[in-house]
Amino acid sequence: MTAPGSPIPQTLRWLITLRMPVILVALGVAAAALTDGQFAQVDNLVNVMRQVSFEAMIAFGMTLVIVTGGIDLSVGSLVALTGVVAAVVMRGTLDLSPFASITAGLLCGVATGAAIGAGSGTIVARFAIPPFIVTLAAMLIARGLAFIACDGRPVHEVPAELFWLGRGYVLESLLGRVMPVPVLVMLGLYVATAVLLSRTVFGRGVIAVGSNEEAARLAGIPVRRTKLMVYLITGALAGLAGVLHDAKLMAGDPKVGEMWELNVIAAVVVGGTSLFGGRGSITGTLVGALIIGTLNNSLNLLHVEHFWQKVVLGGVILAASLVDAGLRRLDLRN
Amino acid sequence: MPTPPPRIRFDRVCKTFPGVRALVEVSFEVRPGCVHAMVGENGAGKSTLVKILAGAHPIGGGSIELDGEPVTIRGARHAQELGIAIVYQEFNLVPHLSVGENVFLGRWPRSRRLGLIRFPELHRRTQRLFGDLGLNLPVQSAVAALSVAQRQMVEIAKALSLDARILILDEPSAVLTPHELGAMFGLVRRLTAKGVSVIYISHRLDEVFELADNVTVLRDGRHISTRPIHEVNRNTLIFETVGRLLDREFPGRGDRRGEAVLRVERLSGRGAFQDVTFAVRAGEIFALTGLVGSGRSSVARAIFGAAPVASGRIVVGDDPGPFLSPRAAMRAGIAMLPEDRKGEGLLLQRPLRENITLAHREDAATLGLLNIRRERRLTRDLMARHDVRAAGTEVAAATLSGGNQQKAMLARWLQRPYRVIILDEPTRGVDVGAKAEMYQELSRLAADGAAILMISSELPEVIGMADRIGVMHEGRLMGILDNADRRVTQDAIMRLAVGEAS
Repeated sequence: MTAPGSPIPQTLRWLITLRMPVILVALGVAAAALTDGQFAQVDNLVNVMRQVSFEAMIAFGMTLVIVTGGIDLSVGSLVALTGVVAAVVMRGTLDLSPFASITAGLLCGVATGAAIGAGSGTIVARFAIPPFIVTLAAMLIARGLAFIACDGRPVHEVPAELFWLGRGYVLESLLGRVMPVPVLVMLGLYVATAVLLSRTVFGRGVIAVGSNEEAARLAGIPVRRTKLMVYLITGALAGLAGVLHDAKLMAGDPKVGEMWELNVIAAVVVGGTSLFGGRGSITGTLVGALIIGTLNNSLNLLHVEHFWQKVVLGGVILAASLVDAGLRRLDLRN
Repeated sequence: MPTPPPRIRFDRVCKTFPGVRALVEVSFEVRPGCVHAMVGENGAGKSTLVKILAGAHPIGGGSIELDGEPVTIRGARHAQELGIAIVYQEFNLVPHLSVGENVFLGRWPRSRRLGLIRFPELHRRTQRLFGDLGLNLPVQSAVAALSVAQRQMVEIAKALSLDARILILDEPSAVLTPHELGAMFGLVRRLTAKGVSVIYISHRLDEVFELADNVTVLRDGRHISTRPIHEVNRNTLIFETVGRLLDREFPGRGDRRGEAVLRVERLSGRGAFQDVTFAVRAGEIFALTGLVGSGRSSVARAIFGAAPVASGRIVVGDDPGPFLSPRAAMRAGIAMLPEDRKGEGLLLQRPLRENITLAHREDAATLGLLNIRRERRLTRDLMARHDVRAAGTEVAAATLSGGNQQKAMLARWLQRPYRVIILDEPTRGVDVGAKAEMYQELSRLAADGAAILMISSELPEVIGMADRIGVMHEGRLMGILDNADRRVTQDAIMRLAVGEAS
């Protein structure tokens, strides 16, 4: 322990600021070493990115929610519901052009997610009910509706061109297979949400609401509208992930997205965002998602048994949070 | 008979925090059975010194003797064992537990076999303690149901439940009404009569002169003086505290009052206040005073759209209220600095920059997109204009002293011109120097034509600053006193405040 009063060396300071990226790189190097370089091959890295992208894009929205001091447990169910809604819409519009059909499915999926998010957000903002309860209810409702919307059977009748959205690559003829479509979408959303949170009037309101709700209100910030918007955005992002996930499976399946809410929250928390609200970063969340993705992937490559993977993942989330808490305390003291 | 050794002897006590020398060779003595006041600006070292005594900070150098014996205080527990009790500004009570449970928190009497709490015994002990202290409080009711003053009594009783020989009170009066203050003074005097030494930290010099036997002045971490109270007067104390002569405590102002800008007509809020009517004119400082709980703050919050209005009218210029949200009130030209700076004003962990631009962050943005460099420049300008002293725009708001926090709040609102400025207890927890600066600023705002509604419990401040004084009692405005010549007496205000008609 550093004695109180003694200054922290500059290098350690950098380490504290960049703790999460450092952990990510360390994990990556360890994974590459343990797998004889298999982890570090371009194919595999591209694969990790694609696997991460679905939950990461939802996690960006979740970061906004958590920064306001809230939580959204419904995102996993929303992926299923919006995926099914989009698939049903595409099935119904199969005789239109594939582009029109896919666009209709995409819009309906995103709109469904946004609508349910707006519903949760309105209730959270309007009544003094904890977001945990409101979105737990929304989670059950959305899951039930997902099964109802397709009579419990996955919808496979989707346009063949949908495949590109889930498994295709951007400019494949030019670049080769390096930029999967979901990854590009995720990176675009990363930039957009990062700017939204740290560089806009709205984002400053989000942070203020999470730091001190009463102070925010007395400074003229529309607290209710701000809360509604973060849940709406998260719902819409879950909807987008739901449609992209349809494209990955080439079906709308009401069973997908189980436990996603927890993976998404884990990415946000590992990324250093405080569950108490008022502090958080989208970049942190991206790094958090990549840490979890790297772990999952390398454990797979190492043929670690599925059940053990969960144990390891749980342990790493704990360890990351402990390291984060310790370093932050060191940082605060100075 | 030889004189007894001092209760506490501080000998060249030092303490350094990173970048700050909080205490530099502070030496003085506290006698047994007396009230020892400590005054100084925020950051002068008072809190650091008592925290060392209470075991919250380790001593950085020098030594402390208690009743003639050198001691090394190893922690909060050890300080308690040594008989040092402290009551902090922020209360540490558990609201949903009973008074008795709070007093003996964690030290409840248990039954031998099952380890269950023996409530009859707990209540008996609490009752006995209250009896000794001359307190009359319901031992079985929940702390949440008590008034702020009663909670403070519980906090003091809790501190004394361990047979303390030293009681430290850190700004105990900030939340009390004059009547409650009297009760607390009574308690303090009973304790000193029993030989307890009380260290009393306060910004309010009136109290220091009323209660203290001795007074120590600290400034910039150094000991300036320790003297019997009858050897000092108000001006020397202020001079020693601030280290320079203040021009005048309350700046003079010509009467340049214009027409009514804020009109409140027959305003009632649910339960909190009824039938309140007054107007504030441009260039006028209107003070609203009364006891805590008389509805002053509720009126202010209702005007600002932060609390519901049951009936009545609020008009600002030509904009008819009542306003449904602070946002709407802002648009009509009202600004408000809330009473509880930390709880309702600041984002303590966020940078000063974000705090200062919070209400008008659009001014640093284009189409909703913030320009951080422009925001920084804006913040620096506002800080310079309102003399907010801090180590830059990026430090957390929590690191500022009370006075600078309040100036930052003012800077937040004065970024744009407002016709009506409401300030709820603008100088609470603010030291003498910063207080004087705050008064200058308010006078300047009034001179520039703003209508100022100031809520305050400090009668000297009310009388020194206000053109007219409205006094509230149990939710009603009992009367409005004209104070153009600054001649209203405290007595006249108190008579209205306790409900006697004018």
